[in-house]
Amino acid sequence: MKEFFAFVRKEFLHIFRDRKTLLVLIGLPTMLIVLFGFAISTEIRNVNIGFFSPQEDAVLSRLADKIDQSGYFTSVGWMRSEAEIDEAMRQGRIDVALMFGSDFTSGLYSPEGAVVSVVTDATNPNNASMEVMYLASIINEYFGSDISRSVSMRMAASANMSSASGMLVPNLRMLYNPQLKSSYNFVPGIMGLILMLICSLMTSVSIVREKETGSMEVLLVSPVRPINIVLAKMIPYFVIACVVLLNILLLTIFVLKVPVAGSFFWMILVSVIYIILSLGIGMLVSSLVRTQIIATLICGMIFLVPVMMFSGMLYPIESMPVALQWFAQVIPAKWFIEAIRKIMIEGVPVRYVTMEILVMTGMAAMFFTAAVVKFKDKL
Amino acid sequence: MDAIVIRGLRKSFRKDQPPAVCLQGETVIRKGELFGIIGPDGAGKTTLFRMLATLLDPDEGSATLEGLDVVRDYRKIRTILGYMPGKFSLYSDLSVKENLEFFASVFGKDIDSNYDLIENIYCRLRPFEKRKAGKLSGGMKQKLALCCSLIHSPSILFLDEPTTGVDPSSRRELWENLAQLKAAGMTVVVSTAYMDEADRCDRVAMMKSGRFLTVDSPGNIMKRFGKRLLAVRSDNMFSLLKDLRSLDAVEKCYTFGDTHHVTLKDGTEADAAMIASELESVYGHKGVKVYDVPATLEDCYMNLEEE
Amino acid sequence: MMDKGHVIEVEHLTKRFGDFTAVDDISFHVSRGEIFGFLGANGAGKTTAMRMLTGLSFPTSGKGIVAGFDIWTQSELIKKHIGYMSQKFALYGDLTVQDNLELFAGIYGVSRRDAGQRIDELLGRLSLSHERGSLVKDLPQGWKQKLAFSVSIIHKPEIVFLDEPTGGVDPAARRQFWELIYEAVDEGITAFVTTHYMDEAEYCNRISMMVDGRIDALDSPAALKARYGAGSIAEVFDILARGAVRSE
Repeated sequence: MKEFFAFVRKEFLHIFRDRKTLLVLIGLPTMLIVLFGFAISTEIRNVNIGFFSPQEDAVLSRLADKIDQSGYFTSVGWMRSEAEIDEAMRQGRIDVALMFGSDFTSGLYSPEGAVVSVVTDATNPNNASMEVMYLASIINEYFGSDISRSVSMRMAASANMSSASGMLVPNLRMLYNPQLKSSYNFVPGIMGLILMLICSLMTSVSIVREKETGSMEVLLVSPVRPINIVLAKMIPYFVIACVVLLNILLLTIFVLKVPVAGSFFWMILVSVIYIILSLGIGMLVSSLVRTQIIATLICGMIFLVPVMMFSGMLYPIESMPVALQWFAQVIPAKWFIEAIRKIMIEGVPVRYVTMEILVMTGMAAMFFTAAVVKFKDKL
Repeated sequence: MDAIVIRGLRKSFRKDQPPAVCLQGETVIRKGELFGIIGPDGAGKTTLFRMLATLLDPDEGSATLEGLDVVRDYRKIRTILGYMPGKFSLYSDLSVKENLEFFASVFGKDIDSNYDLIENIYCRLRPFEKRKAGKLSGGMKQKLALCCSLIHSPSILFLDEPTTGVDPSSRRELWENLAQLKAAGMTVVVSTAYMDEADRCDRVAMMKSGRFLTVDSPGNIMKRFGKRLLAVRSDNMFSLLKDLRSLDAVEKCYTFGDTHHVTLKDGTEADAAMIASELESVYGHKGVKVYDVPATLEDCYMNLEEE
Repeated sequence: MMDKGHVIEVEHLTKRFGDFTAVDDISFHVSRGEIFGFLGANGAGKTTAMRMLTGLSFPTSGKGIVAGFDIWTQSELIKKHIGYMSQKFALYGDLTVQDNLELFAGIYGVSRRDAGQRIDELLGRLSLSHERGSLVKDLPQGWKQKLAFSVSIIHKPEIVFLDEPTGGVDPAARRQFWELIYEAVDEGITAFVTTHYMDEAEYCNRISMMVDGRIDALDSPAALKARYGAGSIAEVFDILARGAVRSE
């Protein structure tokens, strides 16, 4: 055991001597969380809006004020003609315009209904549909639900305002994230990415480095069981991964103010299983390759990039082609992110994530077995 | 007692290339011997060491260390063996002392348990104990690496090219250290590309293209050099080289420090005086000196290569 | 200040890193067509001095002219007029012999027209014409070194810097390598060599011994041996290196 602790101590020395790498490992998740949380927000805010109505109408003026005060939109005022709206949009003074039909207010009570058109700059389609959705909900709220049924909206969504039209009354109810705050979704994704990075990439590179510098040759020709050398490498990275995990959770709760719904105990347990799984990947990679560059490429391309692609962090898995959906099932991070999302955001009891936990445990066992089988105590 | 017995080892890495190591017959290294393996890069020295150090399994043949088979008993061998690979670079981010402590604990020892063994070497490193290993000079690194491979008091020590890239003074110190270890009863096997160092070994194996050209004591190898060897110099060394090669009596001529060495063809009548006068009269060399010299290991190696 | 017969002329060259003086006020010259041995223990400051002479780093103080150009103001011109070869980096192993030659001819600014002819000439001299298409890594070590040397003088520089060119090469190949150096010098190129093989030091016209950043001795091998009463350059080296206080 004394030998084993000497190894662990040595690994900690390596890590603490390499301040820059340590700083990246701790600093990167902090930076990502803050960046995603505040800067890269997918919700809309202060979108410039213009209004047009053939008649002056006090009801509509109040509606415009209400839209302006919502915080989502900023009014640039009433336009005199449709041509002026066109002009303003081309110049970029407005991103969206609300055009009321003639006799809009009175039309509300007529059987034909009132007509309002939303014109948006759809160069960013995501924003455009979001703007339409938000506007619709403000208008509905303003006129009351009984009246809103008769409000039909014509939407022309295109950059050059070709007035393609469609009748829609969005009536959406958001689950789990009623304010559509985007901060929630990426937290499990970042956890999946960072923990995989630390555990698989860092461990495999650190083991392979010993092969490259020749010290592994000396360690192999010693009474120490080579498998212990590798296990000793994992302990410091396990510790660092746990520190990073706590760091992310604390930032999520106290800086992003995400109300964590589920059980802390299970969230941490699921994360620890994932950390061990990632360490297994690192160990397998290190027993297969000889150079640091190959280890980095394998961990980066085979494990980290798919985490981004298939974790549901960027694109929802459900909207991918079936073949890719199947492929997503073998990405370890996909199961982790799903489990964390369920516990953290939906707050469901642990029996709903049994599947995820079992799959991850199975994968961990598989990677460790493969790594031990593949591990050679010769060159 | 035999420390190491090698029986026809063979190892090849690629099918389309000749084997890296292909030793025939039996080679025995005795206990307490300082044994040198000399040969250039690519001769197969490192592959041979790795097989003996249980890191590579041979394709054919076998070898034993202290009676233990390198394939079957590799775990036991690893407790009695000290091995310093050629590219061994220690942990450059750990200090001198941390490196030594670590390698001691790998073998379940601490620095003090075998301190007397490394004392002579380590005393030079003492003042730098706190310095990072990466900041040491080549010679100092080599000393530390040697300490690290000795700290568990192995009975057999393998050093793969310990002197490559090290300046002459540090090289000489290393050989002095090895002589002390040998005196303490350790079996030491060293490989080197510097022929002049091999004189210090009890016996040497001259290695080329995976084979041993000869295995014997340096004295015997030099005695067996069967040709007449002359040292020649003149004021124009470069043209002297070409002119000597054009002489009938000369079999081979090559530079050797501040002189050229010339081997004479068997059965020739020529001697030093005749060659000197020919160089002066026919080729017009000035300051000519020709005299008989005893062969060195390097002369032997160069002439063995031909065969 | 430049003497026509001098390819390198250095006065009071000093390089400091913080409070560490790597090269301490060295002055010397190298004559045209000379083989100049630049010896010293590990850490004596050889590499730092070589870097300044090859225009890779600036001195802290002092003057230097290499191949007729000032090391302070004309380092780019220096790089064009010198050759450099080191044991650590020689040629690209994963390119063929021909590819390497064309690449380096291009790097050294040999015109396309001259390059083809010089490459043929060079391969002919080394009798390597049949290996044109082989990957460099498949060549024996000795051939690689010889090829690397020939490449370093493909642009006919005034001076070629050789940094431990023969490490790990077998004795016969080492000698063939030195004969190449002799040939190049015979054609008027100056050679500036570092080596750890003391017998090679004997091949030099003059050698300098660096100790602790200073040049403690500079003369022909014979004169040095006479001055220190030593039988070989290795002994001279030992006598001088013993006085060293620092090791890197």
